[in-house]
Amino acid sequence: MDLNYTAEDISFRDQVRTYLEANLPQDLQQKVLNHKRLSREDYVRWHKILAKQGWVAPGWPTEYGGTGWTPTQRHIFEEECARVGTPAILPFGVNMVAPVIMAFGNQAQKNHYLPRILSCEDWWCQGYSEPGSGSDLASLKTRAERDGDYYNVNGQKTWTTLAQHADMIFCLVRTDPAARKQEGISFLLIDMKTPGITVRPIIMLDEEHEVNEVFFDNVKVPVQNLIGEENKGWTYAKYLLGHERTNIAAVGRAKRELQFLKRIATKHQKNGQPLIGDPVYASKIASLEIELMALEITVLRVISQDSGRPGPEASLLKIKGTEIQQRLTELMVEAIGPYGLPFDPAFLEGETEHSVTGDDDAAPLTPYYFNFRKTSIYGGSNEIQKNIITQMILGL
Amino acid sequence: MDFNLTQEQKQFADALRRWVEKDYSFEQRKHIIASADGVSATAWAELTELGALALPIPEEQGGFNGSAIDMLVIMQELGRGIVIEPYFATVMAAEFLKKSNTHADVLEQVAAGEVKLASALSERQSRHDLFDIVTTATKTIDGFVLNGKKTVVLHGAQADKLIVSARTNGAPRDTNGISLFIVDTGATGVNISDYRTIDGYRAADVAIDNVQVGKDALLTEVDAGWDVLDAVADYGTTLLCAEAIGIMEATTTATLDYLKTRQQFGVPIGKFQVLQHRMAEMFMEMEQSRSMATLAAVKVSSDNAEERRRTVSAAKARIGQAAKYIGQQAVQLHGGMGVTDELPVAHLFKRLTIIELTLGDTDHHLARFVTQPGFKNAA
Repeated sequence: MDLNYTAEDISFRDQVRTYLEANLPQDLQQKVLNHKRLSREDYVRWHKILAKQGWVAPGWPTEYGGTGWTPTQRHIFEEECARVGTPAILPFGVNMVAPVIMAFGNQAQKNHYLPRILSCEDWWCQGYSEPGSGSDLASLKTRAERDGDYYNVNGQKTWTTLAQHADMIFCLVRTDPAARKQEGISFLLIDMKTPGITVRPIIMLDEEHEVNEVFFDNVKVPVQNLIGEENKGWTYAKYLLGHERTNIAAVGRAKRELQFLKRIATKHQKNGQPLIGDPVYASKIASLEIELMALEITVLRVISQDSGRPGPEASLLKIKGTEIQQRLTELMVEAIGPYGLPFDPAFLEGETEHSVTGDDDAAPLTPYYFNFRKTSIYGGSNEIQKNIITQMILGL
Repeated sequence: MDFNLTQEQKQFADALRRWVEKDYSFEQRKHIIASADGVSATAWAELTELGALALPIPEEQGGFNGSAIDMLVIMQELGRGIVIEPYFATVMAAEFLKKSNTHADVLEQVAAGEVKLASALSERQSRHDLFDIVTTATKTIDGFVLNGKKTVVLHGAQADKLIVSARTNGAPRDTNGISLFIVDTGATGVNISDYRTIDGYRAADVAIDNVQVGKDALLTEVDAGWDVLDAVADYGTTLLCAEAIGIMEATTTATLDYLKTRQQFGVPIGKFQVLQHRMAEMFMEMEQSRSMATLAAVKVSSDNAEERRRTVSAAKARIGQAAKYIGQQAVQLHGGMGVTDELPVAHLFKRLTIIELTLGDTDHHLARFVTQPGFKNAA
């Protein structure tokens, strides 16, 4: 038992840290650290910087442009990105569709799509959920009917994150309505510019345009955009679930946010003293900090397993990780007290330099809190995760 | 980074587990609890034979110089079997001798299973603050004379020697002015009243009236015992955290079995989602606790006292919370059977409950975590 990084790992960490500090544009860093909203351009800019360094897809096999890092090194990289405050590399291309293309796509698909994902030439979004298919995803109804060299796609996807920016969407579609529900699904790649696709914004409770409805009205998709075999899409989607989830707990970001929380809890006062000195409030931070300490070790335990990849334990990491993230935002709102009320979207979008109240730290926090209620709902709700633990780990 | 146990640690764990299964069954344990002594001489001999007593003792004194990680392995297994022998009391008290580098002869006897020890630290007013001491030690020509009363001393009556904290200087709650002594339980003026504890252990109140000890009974420099006391308490706390993991494992396993076998409405009750999710919560509580017990075992030997305190208190606070949750829910999921004396689950629950109260409860350790200087330092 040894919880220390090896000298090699430490030198790797220093190398990553030095690189990130030198190459992360300050304006991007400020947006991230201060909880401002990021534009398409912001995401693409950072993606391209990392791509140039060869670090944009650490989990990919080296033959496709991955780094060949060990699971521990990848963890260190994620930790360092979170520590310094880089924008996220959006998962839809690099971590979601790419592994499926690598595992089940044909050579032409690999040759075409993978380099474009790496370079961010294509912005991908995910077409899974539908209005009637949330937790019960396999009940999805969007229909793809074979018509010569094309599939004719009709239906609706929803909760499609950042579809308004997307060039491509990967979809689960029903190709055999007669089969058992999991067995009639196919995995289809669709160009967002195809006629018949309409994207309609869903405005969330923080008034942010983050997700969309995507409508398909007689959309003609070439058959060469089918991944693998027809009606095997559910298998591919399940493969994805067990893949690339080491950072699902987002411990690095939570550690950074804990420091932020302590900073504002020092700045804001109660009874004429820094709030962090209030025993009731301090004990809430302490409980949260301890939960995070535990989760960090739990993540490292999972990483140090032979495969370095979580199986059903990912569900535990997802539940605990999101609970911690949500609790952090909750305590931030509690810390700022009355400053939780003012709402200043222009400041969040970067249209004004300072917030209406002048407390620029506080301004984004209530929207952040509301926004983060999504985390226990998306990616398989935390209740679905408990079902997975129950079935896969406990065998009930 | 490596979370694996060594081959030796695995072998040790296996041997202990086999011993518990074969020679320390639930029924045998019941008989020991009901016996006059409340502990088993046979079990002690077997634990000694297995090397459990020698494990934490330095090699120079005939031990294996085991680390806190080695002890984590042992305590987990003893926890699984809810073993009530004075092992924890003895090895925690031995740590005073190790840390003060005194009484090598006693450590040798501990390793050989010839001597049992206990720590007489708490007093009626002290609650979980081990610096809150009114027992006095006054210098005499050839040593000290001790006066006071120690309360709820775990396995005090079963021990041959006690580690006693006493005040040689300062006010009752000062950390300066504390001295530590080793005292024979048979010494004149030591009066021990033994009683049962709710979890099947024994504890005692120890009256100390004009007890004379020699200079060599003093473990550290006079007045300067606090740092050792604080560190040993952290060591003991770490052992309890490890024990709790073993108990949590036994508790969740028993509950899971019950959910799979108990039938209601024509199906095993484990088919009901409301119970499944409760079980999933218990599992997550256990895994988070396991992480903290591991972290504490690694950091308890840290040279950085603040890091040690911070980590151990974090572990005890987290595990205390999980101990309550897992224990209570295990009983709830067992239904009426959970509140009987018949099944192990109730006994596991009781031990988990008492661990939460021992060497500082959850609130105590949460407060200690908050008062470490680093808590308020935001990066």
